[in-house]
Amino acid sequence: MSATITMAHGGGGRAMRALIEGVLLPAFHNPWLATLEDQARLPLAELAAHGDRLAFTTDSYVVTPLEFPGADIGKLAVCGTINDLAVSGARPLFLSCGLVIEEGLALSELTRIANSMGRAAREVGAQIVTGDTKVVERGAADRLFINTSGIGVVPAALDIAATRAQPGDAVIVSGKLGDHGIAILIARNELALAADVQSDCESLYGLIVAMRAACSDIHCLRDATRGGAATVLNEFAASSGVCIRLREASIPLRDSVRGACELLGLDPLYLANEGKLLAIVPGDCADAVVHAMRAHPTGRDAAIVGEVCAAPAGLVILSTTIGGDRVVDMLTGDQLPRIC
Amino acid sequence: MRFSDEFRDPEKAHALARAIAALATPLAETRRRPLQIMEVCGGHTHTIFRFGLKAMLPESAVEFVHGPGCPVCVLPMGRVDDALSIARNPAVIFATFGDAMRVPGSHGNLLQAKADGADVRMVYSPLDALAIARANASREVVFFALGFETTMPSTALTILQAQRERIQNFSLFCNHITIVPTMRAILDCKDLALDGFLGPGHVSMVIGNRPYDFIAQRYRRPVVVAGFEPLDLLQSLWMVIKQIAEGRCEVENQYTRIVPEAGNAQALAAVNEVFELREFFEWRGLGSIEESGVRMRAKYAAYDAEVKFSVPNLRIADPQACQCAEVLKGMIKPKQCRVFGKECTPERPLGALMVSSEGACAAYYQYGRVPIKEPPALAAWPPP
Repeated sequence: MSATITMAHGGGGRAMRALIEGVLLPAFHNPWLATLEDQARLPLAELAAHGDRLAFTTDSYVVTPLEFPGADIGKLAVCGTINDLAVSGARPLFLSCGLVIEEGLALSELTRIANSMGRAAREVGAQIVTGDTKVVERGAADRLFINTSGIGVVPAALDIAATRAQPGDAVIVSGKLGDHGIAILIARNELALAADVQSDCESLYGLIVAMRAACSDIHCLRDATRGGAATVLNEFAASSGVCIRLREASIPLRDSVRGACELLGLDPLYLANEGKLLAIVPGDCADAVVHAMRAHPTGRDAAIVGEVCAAPAGLVILSTTIGGDRVVDMLTGDQLPRIC
Repeated sequence: MRFSDEFRDPEKAHALARAIAALATPLAETRRRPLQIMEVCGGHTHTIFRFGLKAMLPESAVEFVHGPGCPVCVLPMGRVDDALSIARNPAVIFATFGDAMRVPGSHGNLLQAKADGADVRMVYSPLDALAIARANASREVVFFALGFETTMPSTALTILQAQRERIQNFSLFCNHITIVPTMRAILDCKDLALDGFLGPGHVSMVIGNRPYDFIAQRYRRPVVVAGFEPLDLLQSLWMVIKQIAEGRCEVENQYTRIVPEAGNAQALAAVNEVFELREFFEWRGLGSIEESGVRMRAKYAAYDAEVKFSVPNLRIADPQACQCAEVLKGMIKPKQCRVFGKECTPERPLGALMVSSEGACAAYYQYGRVPIKEPPALAAWPPP
């Protein structure tokens, strides 16, 4: 096979077959995919053994650069979809993988990314069982776009929903916020900043299993990706008609992330994460949940960061480090660094 | 984190807030209105809202009036239109600070121009723009130079560097402005209700403290040059109110760790070398103000985008419904403006002050539009 992807690799002929058999099958290897039918056929009985509802989600992944400290677009595409399934309480089982490749991408890079996808899926016991590959001309895509869809199964009687936050509940964050956002900014080399910040890209499934063991009635759960923790908490407050009060001093942040935010005029509450969740749990099991999270490698820095109150409904309010209060609103567009 | 946490100590902040309340309350009672103190700089406005300082002070005794010191906010529509016209030139790479991307002209902003195909790039310093010029010799790189005296020296030094390196494909679209004439214009308003000023810390790092003497001497208003951390602002506010209480009108410097009395001679020399005062400059919300902007000197015309490119150079009036000028002068609060939160929002700003996160109206909209009641006891969180 040639060292770079060419239009021929998307043509449906021998080159494409070679790409699938040489790169994708070994990376994802599982019996469902290996049949190379036009569809994966999933055993209903196996699905039904895990619960009573299917969870189904899809997401597309675009990121520059493709490989960055801590992860790459492949791990991102698998963990992102796994996390979207897992925050419903579902067990993630089957994933699809759609690749849109710009011609000229190095085969070695694609291979590394595909292997990273396979590894991330296997780590939580999920399989990539169907896929599609398109190659587009130079300029028609930014090197590689990935779409993944996923199916998981929600255990019977489990009801985790953004509408369930109640006064008296506690707000928990699973670790330090903003690492992914700052790692990507630094990896793009647009800042004359050097800091050893790695993306937090990680599957949250195992952590959520541990949390559920500590508390059978988690009210709300969401991973804080684009728009950051602030956006998720605003969604909880609006959907549940409650006020969420945060304590700035309890929010876990890496010093390097805080420093970068101070320099650039960014707010870490809006920075993207790829392996952090926010949970709202009944106040009386908050300690047990945090204890269980801290015992899991993904939740070592978990902390209670606030509580749910009745009013003013629909708002997220932050008690600042010096003792003032401010509203944490939804963001208008992207955060733009300030001039001075 | 060192050098910032020291200035965010909650106990010291509350002690200062109590001292301010004790000083200001009798003064406000005599006046039958709260003391109105203008923070000139947008960075101060940002700190006040970000840390919730307003909520720590008695509303009946002290009010912050948010000044004109957000350079992105006060950029008039005509200048944004000129910037868009340069940016849309296919030969041009247009380099700009991030928060200027959303500032509306009469037809769209730089984010939209970028979506339409203009090569607009976000940079963090003018030197980044010069690096783009070095790397793209066949393209014209134009830097959107914005800001008060704070950012002027770095732009000037970049031009001098470009000249040393004989880089010919680099120019500035110069919109630098000066704060002092604008403070004078505000002080000359007849309905003015300001009792004192928190002076701009970073501008003063360049120009020093003496340019504000006229405010104390001629207009009899106290000025305290202030830093940007919460304790800086609270201490400066206390210093202003103490002057009022003692009947003094002086220029004092709270930000001594950064601001030298006479400013920075090297920075001023670079600025004087490259720039000269314009007779007038147009401000969004305030109109034309005498000697309030700079342009490039004729000897640097080769680096002046207004010479290199033809721009429409039209004056475009602010939308009539906007009451930015009244907000800027402290006559009304953002919430009292007739279009606030209705026709004018951060998504679709009509007026200057809604444009950047440092603008008073945007800050009110984002952080302050809903009254926040006293927080319930959070003492139980987090558990020990």
